[in-house]
Amino acid sequence: MAVQTYRDALRDAMYEEMERDERVFLMGEEVGHYQGAYKVSQGLLERFGERRVVDAPIAEGGFAGLGIGAAMVGLKPIIEFMTWNFSFVAFDQIVSNASKIFQMSGGVIPVPVVFRGPNGAARQVAAQHSHSVDGLYAHFPGLQVVIPSTPADAKGLLKTAIRNEPNPVIFLEGETLYGLKGEVGGAEDLIPFGKARIGREGSDVTVVAWGRCYYEALSAAELMAEQGIECEVIDPRTLRPLDMDALVTSVEKTHRCVIVHEHLPYGGVGAEIVDQLQRAAFDALDAPIARVGSRDLPMPYASNLETLVLPTVERVVEAIQAVTYTKS
Amino acid sequence: MAERAQTDAAKRIPARKTSGGATAKGSTRVLKASPEGRSAEKRPAAKQTKTPAAPSPTEPRDKVKSKTAAKSSTKKAKTATSEGKKSASSRTKLAGRRDELLGYFRKMYEIRRFEEESARGYAQGKIGGFLHLYIGQEAVGVGISAALEQEDYLFQSYRDHGIALARGMSANAAMAELFGKDTGCSRGLGGSMHFFDVANNFLGGYGIVGGQIPLAAGTAFKSKYTQDGRVTVCLFGDGATNIAGFHEALSLAGLWKLPVIFVCENNEYSMGTPLHRTSPVKDIADKGPGYGMEGVICEGHDVLQVKACMSEVVKRARTGGGPTLVEMKTYRFRGHSISDPAKYRTDEELKTRKAQDPLVVFRKHLAAAGVSDKELATIEEEVETVVQAAVAFAEDSEPAKVEVMESAVYAPLEA
Repeated sequence: MAVQTYRDALRDAMYEEMERDERVFLMGEEVGHYQGAYKVSQGLLERFGERRVVDAPIAEGGFAGLGIGAAMVGLKPIIEFMTWNFSFVAFDQIVSNASKIFQMSGGVIPVPVVFRGPNGAARQVAAQHSHSVDGLYAHFPGLQVVIPSTPADAKGLLKTAIRNEPNPVIFLEGETLYGLKGEVGGAEDLIPFGKARIGREGSDVTVVAWGRCYYEALSAAELMAEQGIECEVIDPRTLRPLDMDALVTSVEKTHRCVIVHEHLPYGGVGAEIVDQLQRAAFDALDAPIARVGSRDLPMPYASNLETLVLPTVERVVEAIQAVTYTKS
Repeated sequence: MAERAQTDAAKRIPARKTSGGATAKGSTRVLKASPEGRSAEKRPAAKQTKTPAAPSPTEPRDKVKSKTAAKSSTKKAKTATSEGKKSASSRTKLAGRRDELLGYFRKMYEIRRFEEESARGYAQGKIGGFLHLYIGQEAVGVGISAALEQEDYLFQSYRDHGIALARGMSANAAMAELFGKDTGCSRGLGGSMHFFDVANNFLGGYGIVGGQIPLAAGTAFKSKYTQDGRVTVCLFGDGATNIAGFHEALSLAGLWKLPVIFVCENNEYSMGTPLHRTSPVKDIADKGPGYGMEGVICEGHDVLQVKACMSEVVKRARTGGGPTLVEMKTYRFRGHSISDPAKYRTDEELKTRKAQDPLVVFRKHLAAAGVSDKELATIEEEVETVVQAAVAFAEDSEPAKVEVMESAVYAPLEA
């Protein structure tokens, strides 16, 4: 297997799928001549030309809607948001149109569009540019929400997203993960939606984490192992569909669970998983399930404060200690 | 390609037992030049100040055309031919279009009667939710449809019954949808505001004001991308011209010269607020030039003027000339929705406008073409049969199905 950065894995997924299917095109701000605000689309313009790598003006509502309309009649658009923070001005298109058209048409008109871009806080970009939108979009039936944490997942899941019918895909990349290196699969190594990946096996506590928080969870698991606590770290990879079977199976083994996510806690996916787990595996649980998310605050600018708001390894460790009653 | 994908997707949905006629074909639509030689009043596009841009991203370099909407920027406004000055030769020509004209009358009358029966069904509690009637605007829908090919795409707002029928949806499928039945055009999942009819390329009624306008840029993008020769028509009300989707979609369509016609059905009220209190410009068409496209005003009460006007701009879009913003001056005789008594306008205003009732106006054309009242009475009777049958069909159809509701959200991923 080749070793690639997360960024290059995403680019190759698009490159290969555009080679494979003439209907696939990429549209977004700065995706062409500028080579992508985060260089994810580097080289695509040179290979595929302006017809298929389309620089859009700053009009997210317009070009998100354009992507939906093009998907309704047979194209396979990849719509890039420079960051997911800017998807809020396209929110109506995504929620009122993309997620609903297949249903409103009586299950007739597909909307195979992929919306992708970096999600979550970068560093010190403050309140308006630090949103983690996974919890928000996971709220809506009709959308599929994908959030890869590794280069291999990034490539395999993006390829699945592009080939997907009939539902739109919310594809959430990690801005702080773009430089991460790892092994990636080949042109036909697609990763299915709704299949969690066990990143580290363990017997004492299940830690569910995705996106950037997957790495906080792995680091916390390392620290806990030194104290004799073995964590099973599970990355669901897609939040819709959500692989509850994998989570229940793990919790039935470990009897304890911590959920880690970057998005705001109020009404988030962590709360949803807690609800489903306590109903599906109530008798298996030996402790209340713990949740670690961003603190319930708009993101502050100052570095010291930002660190306090985001989920950190320390907070994950505290949560694991709480559910395993090992807090010293 | 779209049809195939739709068929694949549709296969996964439990089949409907009875045919709702949702796939019934509309009448054949042939583009014809207007024998009246009537030209819509054109408004000059604002002079384009930017230098010609590099070929747009969607424009293959060898296809770049210099003939764009901007070229018309210096064109003087033409005066619309007055309705009253019908010449003897145009009368003869109208007589030669007899069958075509009777088709328009039949469709407009069907829409009128369908809407009246919808209102009755609502009053009887058989139709729920919101109900936005098209009464008074029939000439717009029928005239637009007459200017299109079957394969062309069309989007509409929530006031969507009229155009759906005009495009060829059966009254059965339409009424059954209002009644929330499985035989409805959206299988009871859409309701009044969300009619869909893929067989006739009617891509939906949309409930969020202006939300459908960017979608139309998308289908037009596809037509340009695949060079399929289709055009897209997107309808919306005057109220929608203030929302972001309108401006962003026109901006993209103008930038990339997409084959789309944006049609504002200016019925003078944004729900209960008159145009002069919602729009900084008197004519919606004036909003087009800022996006590199011509704005055209058309009298929406006359189906023949609507068709003539649309035929011209459709031809331009189809031949690579880019988008147009068309303003149809029209008027709705009922409230914004069924629950709106329309207290914000005077009885006098309504009375004056009803003198321009598209059906009344069109009867004059028909008389000129030598159509007798008796012939029209026969058509009215036939339409009555169709509409009453639709009500009975809707009544008798099975309710919307739980399994359709569940399977029409996600379908299995294709291998």
